[in-house]
Amino acid sequence: MTASPSAFIRGTGSLLAGLGVTIKAFFQPVVTSQYPRQLLDISPRFRGHVKLLASADNPEKNGCIACGICAKNCPSGSIKNVEGEKREGEKRKTATSYTLDYTTCSQCGICVESCPSDCLAFSADFNCAGYKREDFYYDLVKEFEKRKKTS
Amino acid sequence: MVESRYMTINMGPQHPATHGVLRLLLELDGEIIVKAEPHIGYLHRGIEKLSESMTYPQALTLTDRLDYTSALSNNLAYCLAVEKLLDIKIPKRAQYLRVLMAELQRIAAHLLWVATHALDLGAMTLLFYAFRERETILEILELATGARLTPSFIRIGGLASDIPATFLPRVKAFVEDFPRRVDDYETLLTENIIWKKRTTNIAPMSAEECIQYGVTGPVLRASGVCYDVRKAYPYSSYEDFDFEIPLGSHGDVYDRYLVRMKEMRQSNRIVKQAAEKLPDGPFAAVDAPLVVPPAKEEVGRDIAALIRHFKIMQEGFRPPCGEVYASIESSKGELGFYLISDGTNKPFRMRIRPPSFINLAALPKMIEGQMVADVVAAIGSIDIVLGEIDR
Ligand code: SF4
Ligand code: SF4
Repeated sequence: MTASPSAFIRGTGSLLAGLGVTIKAFFQPVVTSQYPRQLLDISPRFRGHVKLLASADNPEKNGCIACGICAKNCPSGSIKNVEGEKREGEKRKTATSYTLDYTTCSQCGICVESCPSDCLAFSADFNCAGYKREDFYYDLVKEFEKRKKTS
Repeated sequence: MVESRYMTINMGPQHPATHGVLRLLLELDGEIIVKAEPHIGYLHRGIEKLSESMTYPQALTLTDRLDYTSALSNNLAYCLAVEKLLDIKIPKRAQYLRVLMAELQRIAAHLLWVATHALDLGAMTLLFYAFRERETILEILELATGARLTPSFIRIGGLASDIPATFLPRVKAFVEDFPRRVDDYETLLTENIIWKKRTTNIAPMSAEECIQYGVTGPVLRASGVCYDVRKAYPYSSYEDFDFEIPLGSHGDVYDRYLVRMKEMRQSNRIVKQAAEKLPDGPFAAVDAPLVVPPAKEEVGRDIAALIRHFKIMQEGFRPPCGEVYASIESSKGELGFYLISDGTNKPFRMRIRPPSFINLAALPKMIEGQMVADVVAAIGSIDIVLGEIDR
């Protein structure tokens, strides 16, 4: 197949025009970031795994009243073992165990929305890793206590 | 055994150009395709059946996983169907934001498409540029929704929440910048001699054939048929926006490429208008107290709101008995949801009309008689997503 000289020039020109785009990009600022040495800002609404928040009237304890609405609403059935006890002199229960199976959680946010005491929120943990499945069965009550100690 | 002069080969399910897990059974006469048969189902998760055991708000999270390149469009189509069933009115602000997000998502999906399609055909450069802009869009969407791929942000009755203050300035900055970027993509491909040779007159479909096969979306419009659900049956206030429907004439791979490139520019126009005209007001329906839960602050203060919250969260809502069909123009074509309600809080039946599934059925027609090397171009040009085909 032989191309006419004008078609050949047009064809080559089209390739050179494309090359021009690449050369232009060469002098533009770099858009990639060197993870993990360089981290990007995370959206404040980022949805990591859910975490328990402190109770509104007592920052020492978690605000979960163990009503189980979140577990009932979770489309993936990822919330289990929601149990609580009523402590002396308190009106409501306080959660003593709360397991999130992060392996099946889809971070949809239904649990956060459904919580009547507004004590669930998304964490900004994005780099969770583990060696086995059980590493992702989070006990959120324990996680809350740990967070309380470190903060 | 009788010797056949044809050779049968399997393309996929692990072929990088099949964009997922599509298996094509090709019968070849030398390099010419005699027969092609798509085998699907490798990604089947039973989403339609699964939804029957979930309440309406829960089933929404499944729709993200249909066409995972444009999850917000799927959310929108599902919500429109349920809202039709419930007969509730959505405030203008929510409608505009839905349009804005769906169009951003369309641009992102088309960018993903053009990047991978060009990569399949050996034009790798574009991938990096297209992904740069796609990343910007995903970041913008993440700013509002908190997730990049599976936002579940468009909810029955409106949106999950209002947008943050930083959202609109970023959208506007993107919209201003984007046409220049599309120019760059077009410089790389539209006149490129290699690109043209690999795409013109490949896998053509005439307008009649497209209609016979029920093809929708850019593939249909590349054949010159002007059918776009946004114009034909406007939903979510699309009638308020000024945009054009790009059409092709030959219905080949090159025209499908051109149509999608033009569509990105039109989507950009819509996003711009939506951002400029965005009215104030509530982000979710106010006249549907049994569907949309009360605001969290109210729940803490007001016992009636708390009871309402509990009721919605415990039982969901019960739409009246009936059947509805609602469809939208997703990035792939007409995406429809057919819902049957038996008056309980779970769908009795949810049937999805995925555009990719129906467009894929036209693939054998496109490639029979063509060269085997062009199969990759043909698959790329229909822009299939297996998550939506297999459901
Ligand atoms: S985010 Fe969704 S899937 Fe995850 S625990 Fe909450 S409700 Fe369940
Ligand atoms: S809905 Fe809220 S208060 Fe109730 S169990 Fe879940 S986290 Fe606790």
